[in-house]
Amino acid sequence: MDIPYTVQPRPDTGLYNAKLGIWLFLASEVMLFGGLFSGYVLLRVGADRWPHGWLNVTLGTANTVILALSAITTLLAWVACKTNQFGKFKFFHACTLLLALTFLGIKSYEYHDKWIHYEIKLNDGTFADGHLVEKSADFDLAKKTGDFTIHGRIVTDENDLYDLRAQKDIQLKEITVPAADIKSMENYGPWHNTYLALYFTLTGLHALHILGGSIVIGYIWGPGRRMWKKNPAQFTNRVEVSGLFWHFVDLVWIFLFPVLYLT
Amino acid sequence: MSELKTAESHAAPLPGESQSHEHPVNFENYLRRCVFIFIAILCATSLMIWISFLPEHYTWAAKVGMILTVAAANAFVVAGFLMHLISEKKMIYTVLAFTVFFVIGLFALTLYAMNDFPTGTTH
Repeated sequence: MDIPYTVQPRPDTGLYNAKLGIWLFLASEVMLFGGLFSGYVLLRVGADRWPHGWLNVTLGTANTVILALSAITTLLAWVACKTNQFGKFKFFHACTLLLALTFLGIKSYEYHDKWIHYEIKLNDGTFADGHLVEKSADFDLAKKTGDFTIHGRIVTDENDLYDLRAQKDIQLKEITVPAADIKSMENYGPWHNTYLALYFTLTGLHALHILGGSIVIGYIWGPGRRMWKKNPAQFTNRVEVSGLFWHFVDLVWIFLFPVLYLT
Repeated sequence: MSELKTAESHAAPLPGESQSHEHPVNFENYLRRCVFIFIAILCATSLMIWISFLPEHYTWAAKVGMILTVAAANAFVVAGFLMHLISEKKMIYTVLAFTVFFVIGLFALTLYAMNDFPTGTTH
């Protein structure tokens, strides 16, 4: 059975079906991310303090450039199909895949960095904040045994940990804290505060979209490329539809980067 | 369903030609366009970063406003040129018009709820 309008546009819509389908899907995606951004606005306006400078702008910028480049290579892969240059299609789609994996690699590194970053409230009312260096084998917060070593600093006011952009020359050093001195401790996971909950939710969902898009693009580049010999026009349309999704993922990042990294 | 027609009723497309766009595609032209778009994205990103590091007498509200304006321009470049939204079919504009309407509604509800924001979100 032939599926109609995989290549030819439908007379009533002027589009082939997959293209209308992807735009309807993207409309639903806009609502999904729109709801999350809307939640971000509500929570941020309601907060009486908001972290600044918690994320690495250099890594965020690198990911912005990588995603922009991958959007370009996706478009060029489609153009290569349209102009019957299959070799170029394979090259540009491979570039897209590599760039997507690089993006995910950098994002994983950033997540790991937050995972090993601890804020430790000490019994004397001060705060030790920094990245985990070493945890002694007998470390147990409940039993108050062992030591916890971080590379960071000690502050007297928790607010000093919030606006890192405003502070110049932050001196970091290795600090070993005995478990007996710790009142409570928590890493910079999504549970730490509203900002990190939003950061992990928004970027996590975005990363899942990158992963999903990579799987589709990988399929088209790999086993799916057989269609080029049988039906090049339909194959080209598949490349276009996957490219539209990829550009949308880039669009979302264009807003995520300034909202989370710069403001 | 009488208006439905099968693919066989149309002339077969040329290899690689999807007929989704009326204009002929030229690789070199697209490559040149892509270079300009990439440079535009880089410039917009640099501008956003520069704004975010402006001195402290610019309030965060002002910085956020400026940064989001640049981000919107950046998004226009991607959507307009990479997703071909500047020359698309009417049906797609119709879908997007509905989407924009509902997204505006979503944000309007948020603004409406500003005086009633949830407690416990202060850090």
